[in-house]
Amino acid sequence: MTTRRSLLALALLPAAAAADTGTALQAAIRDAVGDAPITDGGIVLRVPAMAENGGQVPVTIVAESPMTAADHITAIHVFATANPTPGVARFRLTPLLARAEVQTRIRLAEAQRIIVLAQSNDGRVRRATAEIRVTTGGCLT
Amino acid sequence: MTGTLSPPRIRIPRQARAGEVIEIRTLIEHPMETGLRQDGARRDMLTRLLVRMNNETVLAAEFSNGTSANPYHVFFVRMERTSTFEFTWTDEAGRSARAEARVTVG
Repeated sequence: MTTRRSLLALALLPAAAAADTGTALQAAIRDAVGDAPITDGGIVLRVPAMAENGGQVPVTIVAESPMTAADHITAIHVFATANPTPGVARFRLTPLLARAEVQTRIRLAEAQRIIVLAQSNDGRVRRATAEIRVTTGGCLT
Repeated sequence: MTGTLSPPRIRIPRQARAGEVIEIRTLIEHPMETGLRQDGARRDMLTRLLVRMNNETVLAAEFSNGTSANPYHVFFVRMERTSTFEFTWTDEAGRSARAEARVTVG
């Protein structure tokens, strides 16, 4: 894959890899929620502490919300901070859902921190994070 | 990258009481191949899942590289009346797989 990223990595080895991951993560978060302030709390991220198979890691995200027309979560975003690309999924929620809860399965290349963000209809963004250890990486093999 | 997508599997109750919260589980077999692996497999990704109830959007998901193969999702809906659910997955080539389910309330 010859991309701007790989050219940059060649030019800036060896520090580029870590810096690029951070930049890609920041860009992905900005793409998801813009410049809205992010606060911790009001959202729970449930994951196993240890994933034997990084290819199938169960994840549950639950935000506190009555899910009414007046007060509901509009989106949940999932990021894997140490994957080759940090984006996992974004979910658009509506008040037809009884709870602001989504369960999914994700890929993790290595042990890392997961970040989930929930946006509500008043523009607030909440964050939860979790560290997961991974026995067998699920992205590149 | 050829042929059609696998038929999705939906687990949903056939009946519910008015006001009951039901759990909906969906699974579709798909490699979710990112194209990043060392064996050089070509990219082949589902990008979207759209769930509608009586033609109104309930949940819309967009998948990136970190979503596992055979995407599996669980979510919860409160039932007020007999409803028809429609589930549609779409891949990067524009192909789609669709399933429907009806939940009777009464």
